[in-house]
Amino acid sequence: MINPKDHIYSILEKIFDPEIPVLTIIDLGIVRDVIIIDEQTIEIVITPTYSGCPAMDVISFEIKLALLESGYKNIKVTYTLSPAWTTDWMSESGKRKLLEYGIAPPKKNSSRVNKMLFEEETNVSCPQCNSSNTNQLSEFGSTACKSLYKCNDCNEVFDYFKCH
Amino acid sequence: MINQKTINATLHLADTTLILAQKNSEWCAHGPILEQDIAITNITLDLIGQSRMFYQYAAELINEVENKNETEDTLAYFRSEREFKNFLIAELPNGDWAQTILRQFFFSCFHQLLFEKLQHIEDKQISAIAVKSLKEINYHVKWSSEWVIRLGDGTLESHSRMVKAIEILWPYTGEFFNAEENDLIEVKKIKSNWIQKIEAVFFEANLLIPGNVFMQTGGKQGIHTEHLGYILTEMQSLQRAYPGLEW
Ligand SMILES: [Zn+2]
Repeated sequence: MINPKDHIYSILEKIFDPEIPVLTIIDLGIVRDVIIIDEQTIEIVITPTYSGCPAMDVISFEIKLALLESGYKNIKVTYTLSPAWTTDWMSESGKRKLLEYGIAPPKKNSSRVNKMLFEEETNVSCPQCNSSNTNQLSEFGSTACKSLYKCNDCNEVFDYFKCH
Repeated sequence: MINQKTINATLHLADTTLILAQKNSEWCAHGPILEQDIAITNITLDLIGQSRMFYQYAAELINEVENKNETEDTLAYFRSEREFKNFLIAELPNGDWAQTILRQFFFSCFHQLLFEKLQHIEDKQISAIAVKSLKEINYHVKWSSEWVIRLGDGTLESHSRMVKAIEILWPYTGEFFNAEENDLIEVKKIKSNWIQKIEAVFFEANLLIPGNVFMQTGGKQGIHTEHLGYILTEMQSLQRAYPGLEW
């Protein structure tokens, strides 16, 4: 028999982030705990990526929906803030999927977030041609978690999922 | 044990971030260039997120102590001007881009120092919010510092606009360090660090900190400028007309 926790995780693995629809909520590392209270009652603990992430309500709704469809009756989705989410929790398969989708994945080591003034993260590889001859156009991109880069070799503009 | 002090302090943190976000959001679709329009609105979104976390926590505490049914929404939409405890600087008009940048810079530098202290206080929820928010605030400080330097050390026009912005905003920075009974940390202790941060960036930007000027106070006590009433009227109008309305 399949472990009930694994079963729940296999359901959660099919829920995608509404803003980056190639990543599942497991890939993003926002599911922090699955608590089985009894056969029909479970609690899913999630954490927001950024404080103002507008996707959290949608994600919470989708978790409830997916679990209801799988026969669970009472589902509680709770939020935790600590420890604070970091891009270090993103799965390797998630990073691969991001790259294929055209978004440069976060580089390892979120401790490098604090940069000097006018310093930008360098060596961000272009998801189109893999060149590292790129530069930052803006630290703030189409969503809070991304910054905007440009490739100097193929001239494509691309999003970089910044370290956090 | 929950006390009124924690509730008041949490509401002050929530109110300041909400009102500043509400002002900054006026730039949405009006920024000087697209990338910076996106930057200021991203920062605004962070502030709203932080504000929500504080309001949610305040509601939880109030409901426990007073047996009420507050939510983040009732606290944001159904409190009146005198009940808002935001810093006055948050409610001032945006002015031009220089003034908006300078306010964000003054506030973000203070915010960073404050939250670095708050992350170590005993209250677990406030410290968790502080740790989470700091990651965002570090970006705000970097972005606004760079803009202060760009404008201050830019053209004659941008420099003179920064000088004017300093004249307008500086009298509202004293309030950051006015000790009050609800404070969670000793705010006076972070003042010299704040001045140092401002001085370092102003040095690069060719700008000067004004000499002794009269400092405005009142926001933390609920005594506001004439601007807050208009902000609340607009922000709360939908919920006041249709209480409890949801999307
Ligand atoms: Zn390229």
